[in-house]
Amino acid sequence: MNIRSKGDKWFDAFNVIIMTSIVVLTIAPFWFALVGSFNQGLDYMRGGVYFWPRTFTLSNYFSVFSDQTIFHAYFVTISRTIVGTALHVAFTALVAYGMSRRALAGRNVYMIVMMFTMFFYGGLVPTYLLYKDLGLLNNFLVYIIPTMFSVWDMIIVMSFFRSIPEQIIESAKIDGAGEYRIFLQLILPLTKPVLAAIALFNGVYHWNAYTDAMLFTTKEALEPVQLFLMRIVTDSSEASKFGEQAASVMPEEAKQISPETLKLAMMMATTAPILVIYPFLQKYFVKGVLIGSVKG
Amino acid sequence: MERTLEAGHRAPASGTEGTGRRSRWKSQFALQSMVWPGLLFLIVFSYVPMYGILIAFKNFDLFLGVMDSPWAGFSHFREFLTDPNFMNVLRNTLAMNLLALFLGFPAPILFALLLNELTGVRFKRFVQTVSYLPHFVSWVIFGGLILTVLSPSNGILNLLIVKLHISDEPINFMGNPELFWIIMVGAEMLKGIGWGAIIYIAAIAGVDPELHEAATIDGAGRLQRMRYVTVPSIMGTIVIMLIFAVSSILNTGFEQIMVMQNPLNLDVSETIDTYVYKVGLQQMRYSYSTAVGLAKSLVALVLLFGANYVSRKLTNNSLF
Repeated sequence: MNIRSKGDKWFDAFNVIIMTSIVVLTIAPFWFALVGSFNQGLDYMRGGVYFWPRTFTLSNYFSVFSDQTIFHAYFVTISRTIVGTALHVAFTALVAYGMSRRALAGRNVYMIVMMFTMFFYGGLVPTYLLYKDLGLLNNFLVYIIPTMFSVWDMIIVMSFFRSIPEQIIESAKIDGAGEYRIFLQLILPLTKPVLAAIALFNGVYHWNAYTDAMLFTTKEALEPVQLFLMRIVTDSSEASKFGEQAASVMPEEAKQISPETLKLAMMMATTAPILVIYPFLQKYFVKGVLIGSVKG
Repeated sequence: MERTLEAGHRAPASGTEGTGRRSRWKSQFALQSMVWPGLLFLIVFSYVPMYGILIAFKNFDLFLGVMDSPWAGFSHFREFLTDPNFMNVLRNTLAMNLLALFLGFPAPILFALLLNELTGVRFKRFVQTVSYLPHFVSWVIFGGLILTVLSPSNGILNLLIVKLHISDEPINFMGNPELFWIIMVGAEMLKGIGWGAIIYIAAIAGVDPELHEAATIDGAGRLQRMRYVTVPSIMGTIVIMLIFAVSSILNTGFEQIMVMQNPLNLDVSETIDTYVYKVGLQQMRYSYSTAVGLAKSLVALVLLFGANYVSRKLTNNSLF
């Protein structure tokens, strides 16, 4: 390290200030919502609750977790996240393995067929009509099947598979292993990090998705948490309906909750799982993004 | 050579392997069977909707189907190009995207450059971790958080505005159409700055340290090295990302707009994506909406190839 000049010190100080502001700007909205979610509802509506709860209560969270509709919405979200992510990773990895093999006849043509879909999209209405014909409208499978495969993820996984020396595969073959066995027992265990990255991306996608539910379903039974939240965030009449419903279930708590604080509690409860697992998976997803960007 | 070798390993029993297409296909049945489900998936979920684009040129009737619906030529295209509503939608889309291009595109680059100059390793990692975070939170929640911060009754921003006497009354941010574009772009920047920076951070990490040493020996300070060593070294990445940004100038994230949209700002918040949804699926004007979507996709494709071409001629960087 060379000696830092006076100008360098000024620059460093300036830099730390800028970075700290970005951190504060990012965290602050979460903090205010968290504070609100622990504050008594009617008291919150009077305004002025910012940095710390004025009248602390857990009743917002109790209402969120005791509400039948929300409970069901979480069930939908969790189901689609687990099933959808597992199938997506398995299917994408399988295709990626086939595509990663130089021996594959027709590989270049397949690649062009796949890449083209990344640049041109049929559009919303044709997609809607297709789902209608396939019977996917108002069907839980609409969350699962259309997201089972992604060319982008396939390319990321494929380039990872390519980094495995061909000789390993060749020697497994001499030992009599078939392609499926090589894929399952040799390749998959070697490529866990990239599969973890893809699983994280896809899991977060499923956890956060609401547009597919909004576009392709109308049944309340299929509503995921995010769509439920979407309705109460954007529509205050939905929010107060939800508030009344929650109050009717818990009459003794009714005075303490308001639609606004319920909404905040629900937002926090929905974000929490992501916040908890995210730091542990950070090193994987950074790797995943980089492979994707180098190849793409 | 490699191929005949492999075929030999796999199908020693067939006896005729290694010659001719058919035996090669047969010998790699297992391998092909892994790839074909993927191709089939794309044929159904990507190529069939492309065929469905035909309805943009027809008067689509749900009961007649795509094939038998009567042709309409370019009438739907003519219709939206002369529709004042559509012109308004186009204006909103372009305005938000141009703002995003001028403000949102450089932000992750600057962030990455500054992050690279941070001297404390732990602080650097902390900033990185925090900055990626909003990317993983849904737009419903992030939008909800922004709405909470901007709220006239409980929003911290209004507390500051009133306390600092910038305005005597709290400002109803979301009810003010003039502010919508900048709020939207600001929210997108905050959500995407860290995530967008990953690729630049990696590019910066790949810069040859010898270049920095040489520049230091020549007397360059940190800012000069940033300007004359780091930035030129990551120019390739910047240009590639710019090509993508230019080609998506007609995209505005559907999710974020739907969350932030309200009846008071509808006039400035309706964009092509939300318009296609409302006209197509809510009003069920299938053909008209498909025509709008198709025009958008084509413009994006032309912009992608155009930007790629210009960049190849001017900077020697290109996607393909």
